[in-house]
Amino acid sequence: MSKMHALTGNEAAAYAMKQIDPDVVPAYPITPQTELMQTFAQYVADGAVQTEMILVESEHSAMSAGVGASAAGARVMIATSANGLALMWEIVYITASSRLPIVMAVVNRALSGPINIHCDHSDSMGCRDAGWIQIYSENCQEVYDNMVQALRISEHKDVLLPVMSTHDGFIISHTVERVDALKDEEVKKFVGEYKSLYPLLDVSKPVTYGPLDLQDYYFEHKKQQAEAMKIAKRVILEVGEEYGKLSGRSYGLFDEYQTEDAEYIIIALGSTAGTAKAAVDDMRAMGKKVGVIKLRVFRPFPAPELVQALSNAKAVAVLDRSEGFSGIGGPLFQEVRSALYRKADMPVSGYVYGLGGRDITPEMIAGVFGDLKEGRIHEDEAFHLGVRE
Amino acid sequence: MGEKAPGWKEIPIGGVIVHPGNSFEYNTGDWRSERPVLDKEKCINCLQCWIFCPDGAVLVEDEKMAGYDYEHCKGCGICAHVCPVNAIEMIPEDDISGVSIDEFGIKEPPPEI
Ligand code: SF4
Ligand code: SF4
Repeated sequence: MSKMHALTGNEAAAYAMKQIDPDVVPAYPITPQTELMQTFAQYVADGAVQTEMILVESEHSAMSAGVGASAAGARVMIATSANGLALMWEIVYITASSRLPIVMAVVNRALSGPINIHCDHSDSMGCRDAGWIQIYSENCQEVYDNMVQALRISEHKDVLLPVMSTHDGFIISHTVERVDALKDEEVKKFVGEYKSLYPLLDVSKPVTYGPLDLQDYYFEHKKQQAEAMKIAKRVILEVGEEYGKLSGRSYGLFDEYQTEDAEYIIIALGSTAGTAKAAVDDMRAMGKKVGVIKLRVFRPFPAPELVQALSNAKAVAVLDRSEGFSGIGGPLFQEVRSALYRKADMPVSGYVYGLGGRDITPEMIAGVFGDLKEGRIHEDEAFHLGVRE
Repeated sequence: MGEKAPGWKEIPIGGVIVHPGNSFEYNTGDWRSERPVLDKEKCINCLQCWIFCPDGAVLVEDEKMAGYDYEHCKGCGICAHVCPVNAIEMIPEDDISGVSIDEFGIKEPPPEI
């Protein structure tokens, strides 16, 4: 039924976009996202999609054009990385608070400075509180699958929140892998047609977007966003299951690998989860009871589900690919530890690794498991894994 | 900020306004800390205040200054500033309501603490 392709992560995202054929795609280049939009631009030039592609003068304009088009009633997809995301910042929040279901591929790259084009999660983690759903992909297949699902999640009538579907810059974005794609008509049917709740261009029902919202209503609108984020968890699971029936690959909030009888568990995002799985395979062959939880959905954060999944472990290590500068640990560590508070009594150890694209190896992962077993727990301050003294 | 304002389940999402022209229903008068008060004796009906009011809160009847729409007047004082004969005085709302700052604050601790 489906077709096998050899695609980079960026091409996999662009291919999903081609099959979705969104109404509007505003674009501005930034490494390592550039290849994604370049690939999509070729589809536009070839007439393979009907999309109106808007080439703008900055990422701030790209996101703004996306907001305008989405408010008008169009289905909008967009992509960026690092400093491009930072330049969008203001409009990133406005997109979410205006409840515009835009899907954005974020190709994770370290935020400057010092200037660096390689992978870490400082860009998307920086806007974890912006009100966007965040989905992290481990490999090119997931990049494709998550882009298709993201649209359904985002446009669901009980959600109507924008979605960042992220993949690791260069590590995934520029790596060619085998990608099993759905047929065009399957994708078309799966995503359906987008019907905006309040289309600005419906002149028979005039509406105002973005009015002043003061002490008397702003809070109610934030409560609505918070509730929609809670509902999104249910919708993500429903969509993941439906996608599984269609493709043979179902998705949840996180992926558990060898955790059932695992004494020691590592939690990680993105491509590192793949490295950790390889390490787990080797250690399992040596009889070590270790496992990995790959968190797919960071926003909304699946706290009770994670607590359940971790309940039999002796100790947990959380790997953060961004610093956070709280002094106590990275953003993922803090969420996991909060989730476990008074729910489970186990040590949670925090590691910050891989900043600016610094490599993480199976040996380093094995070392983390070793720390857990030996009781070297970094719970008051994250351990910077792989930094030179 | 009315106590009867609708809750989060009752309002459109995203801050979208679905009833055009509803700004008239939105009372900005409670933003006011000073209130313009007209001295009819002094007023020469030049309507400078009407021209300059940024909120359309100066009422005019038969081409004459007829007072204020206090539901929408924000108390900016522009009308008082431009009036050529000083017929408008800005009076603190506290003086009119008689509410003093001393009336706010906790009078006794909650019993359960
Ligand atoms: S105080 Fe300001 S808002 Fe009120 S009537 Fe005068 S000019 Fe208009
Ligand atoms: S500006 Fe003064 S004098 Fe002129 S209409 Fe207003 S209150 Fe009367």
